[in-house]
Amino acid sequence: MISDIFQYVAGGFLVCGACFSLLAALGLLRFPDIFTRLHAATKAGTVGAGFVLLAVALASFDVSVALRALGGIAFIVLTSPIAAHLLARAAYLSGDRPSNITVVNELENEKPE
Amino acid sequence: MSADLFLLVSENAALGLLSIAVVIVLIRLFRGPTLPDRILALDMLTMLAISLIGVLTLRTGVDLLLDIALALCLVGFVATIALARYALTRKSSRSVSPESGGAG
Repeated sequence: MISDIFQYVAGGFLVCGACFSLLAALGLLRFPDIFTRLHAATKAGTVGAGFVLLAVALASFDVSVALRALGGIAFIVLTSPIAAHLLARAAYLSGDRPSNITVVNELENEKPE
Repeated sequence: MSADLFLLVSENAALGLLSIAVVIVLIRLFRGPTLPDRILALDMLTMLAISLIGVLTLRTGVDLLLDIALALCLVGFVATIALARYALTRKSSRSVSPESGGAG
């Protein structure tokens, strides 16, 4: 009985995570500059992969597998923002500029190296 | 609908959606236009590969696949950091014109 509930919830999480990943990919394709693309890929991509790994943890009925999946979620949540921040900084310092519709640019007065 | 069947349908739907996402990210990878865009596309591809391996772990019941996903997490993070450092040392990826093959 309880395993049935876990399987239903895991199925929902799987579809949910895949939808988030698809939306992240769409944002990667449609957004105008690297900074907005980073915003789409990092946040939605993290949630997408996190939901899928959570579904694996729920549906596997195995403590070791579930712990590994949760560890994977923790690692993704920890490292993804670091990579995104470093990439945005590298893009800005190597000369990429936000698109014209950007409202706030707090690095405006800094010269690129 | 029984729980097993629901999970199976969900796995198939997730595989389809993730495959579409991979194709879309590949379009961005080929289109560029700058080096950070391509690095970001590769990072996103790593994320999608982790998700796909997660779905396949449930689908096949081979738990060892999850270890591969974890290793891919680690390698993808280090690769993104290294490529970002490389983009930082290259000056102005925009000066590379698209007709000369783009940044890469």
